[in-house]
Amino acid sequence: MSLSLDDVAKIARLARLELTDAEAAQTLGQLNNIFGLIEQMQAVNTDGVEPMSHAVDVAQRLREDRVTETNQREAFQSVAPEAEGGLYLVPRVIE
Amino acid sequence: MINASLTQLASALAAKQISSVELTQLFLDRITQHNPSLNAIVSTQPERTLAEARAADARIAAGEAGPLTGIPLAHKDIFCAEGWASTCGSKMLADFVAPYDAHIVTRLKQAGMVTLGRCNMDEFAMGSSNETSHFGAVRNPWNTQCVPGGSSGGSAAAVAARLTPAATGTDTGGSIRQPAALCGLTGIKPTYGVVSRYGMIAYASSLDQGGPMAKSAEDCAMMLNAMAGFDERDSTSLQRPAEDYCAQLQQPLKGLRVGLPKEFFAEGMDADVRACVDTALAQLRELGATTVEVSLPNSGLSVPAYYVIAPAEASSNLSRFDGVRYGYRAPEYSDLNDLYCKSRAQGFGAEVKRRILMGTYVLSHGYYDAYYLKAQKIRRLIARDFANAFEQCDVIAGPTSPSVAFALGEKSADPVQMYLSDIYTISTNLAGLPGMSVPCGFSPSGLPVGLQLIGPWFAEARLLQCGHQYQLATDWHTRQPEAFAG
Repeated sequence: MSLSLDDVAKIARLARLELTDAEAAQTLGQLNNIFGLIEQMQAVNTDGVEPMSHAVDVAQRLREDRVTETNQREAFQSVAPEAEGGLYLVPRVIE
Repeated sequence: MINASLTQLASALAAKQISSVELTQLFLDRITQHNPSLNAIVSTQPERTLAEARAADARIAAGEAGPLTGIPLAHKDIFCAEGWASTCGSKMLADFVAPYDAHIVTRLKQAGMVTLGRCNMDEFAMGSSNETSHFGAVRNPWNTQCVPGGSSGGSAAAVAARLTPAATGTDTGGSIRQPAALCGLTGIKPTYGVVSRYGMIAYASSLDQGGPMAKSAEDCAMMLNAMAGFDERDSTSLQRPAEDYCAQLQQPLKGLRVGLPKEFFAEGMDADVRACVDTALAQLRELGATTVEVSLPNSGLSVPAYYVIAPAEASSNLSRFDGVRYGYRAPEYSDLNDLYCKSRAQGFGAEVKRRILMGTYVLSHGYYDAYYLKAQKIRRLIARDFANAFEQCDVIAGPTSPSVAFALGEKSADPVQMYLSDIYTISTNLAGLPGMSVPCGFSPSGLPVGLQLIGPWFAEARLLQCGHQYQLATDWHTRQPEAFAG
């Protein structure tokens, strides 16, 4: 398997990462090298093996459905690039 | 005092031979003196630190001190700490002052430990050399032309140069053990779920685990006592009875069965490393342990599987950095999508972008089964290999890193070579097992070598016992780099 420049552009778009042409070209070579390593996985027969999604097989804990968090909006918004009146400010999305 | 163990420091503090303020000032002065040549610490706040030390002294005076009260430490910059820039080694978070404490920050604060500063690290913990940090590479105190390992490279260099008695680290694929090995320290990655991930900036959530880095196994055991424990705020934190990780330290190793995976000893390990590891194994036998060959047939697949799973989780975790709620925002953009794309492009470094792209690709439509699902199946095979091996042995031993510290720049242009430097550590994370590195000698070039010990789930106390008994019989862990002796 080998990626193309178009693939890299598509992945970058999905990942919301702006890439310059030079970065995309460099990334392409590196990703192809890395996927060369990753392809080693395909040589192993994993038929019938249950995927392991987590390090420890335990069920998620459940808790009582009640409010436990206190309101810390001000503290949390104090680190936002732009916030006003309890809202995060972004460029206009609806005309 | 700079070479004292945590137990010795606690005794000195209890006996009023030194105050926490004096001890803290000593290490703050060492940071001022030596950090410029290492770049191990990225921020200090001496006034805040000394205030903590005064509070610790008051606790000691009032007879309310615990075993760690008044002892300074430094935190990896991945742990959120209220009032501290918590940057994760990234431009993305360069100005982020955490509004809350990570669980382990709270726990170590409650224990009375004093925060000296924040340790440099690979950006978002993605790296094996500490060269991907936005704040510049960290240098290895044993040879400042070499890397300290990563991603907890700042923590490792700081302890090795005696800028702090101990530090915190995190380990997703070897990030505590490999820098501990390359800097001549002891570091333990606990079983997944033993130490809360709350407030620890996420890289790959199913693998990330925090742990202590210090000069000895005994010091690590004391730290782990304070760090481990259930935390409701981490959905994968495990509910278990509290454990005293110091309790087993004094037990001799007689009868301990040490498994040697033949795959770890087959090829790929440098001769210098091999010689030290072989000597260490002989010493473990002299201490009463027996060695037995075991097999981890799928361990060679751990690097490929890891570089699917970890980037996949990272691409998801790091989607939160959008230039809206916290972190860097690009100065110019045309619309909301452009704000995302530019903020992320400018805020993340090359290695982080690479892993986000890899993760995005393996999770994208049409590739999920071939990569992500396949990697999860291989993860199962790797975990099974360990389970089978532990039927024949109590701990597994081998090298931590295939080589001693490499030169700055040597591997940074070739991601695949860099990734392979974690070949012996990654499988432990995939299986969720505890792993530790202890210093076991030096190469002819004077660089430290680490012995890795891996245990079954929840065998931290056994690993620490093994490390402590070994350290009672050897003095590798007491060596310190000459350039930072004074």
